[in-house]
Amino acid sequence: QSTLVVAEHNNDKLTPITLNAITAASKLGGDVSCLVAGTNCAKVVEQISTVHGVKTILVSQHDSYKGSLPEELTPLILAIQKQFSFTHICAGASAFGKNLLPRVAAKLDVAPVSEIIEIKSPDTFVRTIYAGNALSTVKCNEAVKVLTFRGTSFEPAPTEGGSAASEDVASSSPTGVSEWLEQTLTKSDRPELTSAKVVVSGGRGLKSGDNFKLLYNLADKMNAAVGASRAAVDAGYVPNDMQVGQTGKIVAPELYIAVGISGAIQHLAGMKDSKTIVAINKDPEAPIFQVADYGLVADLFKAVPEMTDALNK
Amino acid sequence: MSGRVLVGVKRVIDYAVKIRVKPDKSGVVTDGVKHSMNPFCEIAVEEAVKMKEKKLIKEVVAVSCGPQQAQETIRTALAMGADRGIHVEVTGKDYESLGPLQVSKIMAALAKKEDAQLVILGKQAIDDDCNQTGQMTAALLDWPQGTFASEVSFEGNMLKVVREIDGGLETIKINTPAVVTADLRLNTPRYATLPNIMKAKKKKIANMKPADLGVDLTSRLEVLRVDEPPQRQSGMKVETVDDLVAKLKEAGTI
Repeated sequence: QSTLVVAEHNNDKLTPITLNAITAASKLGGDVSCLVAGTNCAKVVEQISTVHGVKTILVSQHDSYKGSLPEELTPLILAIQKQFSFTHICAGASAFGKNLLPRVAAKLDVAPVSEIIEIKSPDTFVRTIYAGNALSTVKCNEAVKVLTFRGTSFEPAPTEGGSAASEDVASSSPTGVSEWLEQTLTKSDRPELTSAKVVVSGGRGLKSGDNFKLLYNLADKMNAAVGASRAAVDAGYVPNDMQVGQTGKIVAPELYIAVGISGAIQHLAGMKDSKTIVAINKDPEAPIFQVADYGLVADLFKAVPEMTDALNK
Repeated sequence: MSGRVLVGVKRVIDYAVKIRVKPDKSGVVTDGVKHSMNPFCEIAVEEAVKMKEKKLIKEVVAVSCGPQQAQETIRTALAMGADRGIHVEVTGKDYESLGPLQVSKIMAALAKKEDAQLVILGKQAIDDDCNQTGQMTAALLDWPQGTFASEVSFEGNMLKVVREIDGGLETIKINTPAVVTADLRLNTPRYATLPNIMKAKKKKIANMKPADLGVDLTSRLEVLRVDEPPQRQSGMKVETVDDLVAKLKEAGTI
């Protein structure tokens, strides 16, 4: 038994969800190898080389891997699989992993299992269905198991204590059917939403994008990331990459503060694994209070500045 | 170029219905429960119909795999503006184990048979939440994929696709034929108007079986059980902001 984890990175830095995937891969048993494919990824190889649990790093560099296009990475992974015959091929369930691994699986004629939240055994996994309203335990009888793991369900692997050897693998010939043009990432000095210890989220109750300033002020006091409900995103208050929920990001911070969020099922699916949940809403009947550890029925426009002040003391 | 777009439409439990797990843990209750078109599929249909209205493509064909009721979902797509439908009939045990791998084999076979220029699918279905069918259809056809699309435009024979990724957006250019999967912000699907619903009744739906397309439905995934998620205990109400901050400090959260 052996597992390949496809590393996600930008040639400079390893994306944190890869560490969660490495933990999951270690739980499967057997040796864990990591594939780093990119245009110039020596730095990423160096970062992975000390990650606990990784035995081998397979490195493939070619200009065609720019932008990690699935059309280019799939032939590479297939060639590697032919050579090494892994029993499991996996990645984090991020936009990258979800885009790439089903393509690999189809080429291997196997059914992938996505967004796994728990490993029962090397072939049996738990995943959420219906936006987290039910849990499905799936046994995968495929010869090669192709899996993606939800980042928040597995601890990140320690970045020290490992000593992986790296090995170059030949790059695949470019397919040239797709081209990566550009990326526009939302810039922020605050921590990243999916890895922040504290998240402050706003909903339709904020009434405008400008009013999110109240949340930013509070967030800065707590070194928190700022999120939003789908309602707030749909209303145009904030960009979509701030969306927490089934159709947005899944977060599980130590503390989640939901402000002016009613608590639609789709939102709860994205945050209900948070350790402590605080809800501030003026509607005492809002469903968010059913999942909140601490509920405050209050006008957010008074309560949030008050809380920001209280934290100053 | 054929100018033909294939759109996949899946019949799922309506998004507003509260999901209940069956007492025997074999799945969720579907009998007597309102079903609708998967919301992401609605966005896919809307995008295809818009392309036709802009005369970028010539024909929109809506495909659904499933039992008899799948035809209702195809009718909805026809009422939204699709030109004709294909119902790939899958029933009984085959339907229970029907997953993205099998559906993508059907979609790929139909894309070839219909000489499609583009396949547009929802990025995921809100029942199994797999997010796989588009990517797998593209793989089986050896076509490029523009997944989680929030903007699609033709540039000659190529497609420019703006994709929703973690932390922002990404723009790619892909050859056609291609597979595109629709994310939420691609468009706002229209409601079918009564005259269009009436018109849709006259549109044709072809019926076929997976075997007609040479597709084997064997699944090597087994659902062992389906459970309710663990319930969160609801906590306490606090009266003031000071109370809240005190409680959080007490709990060591801040």
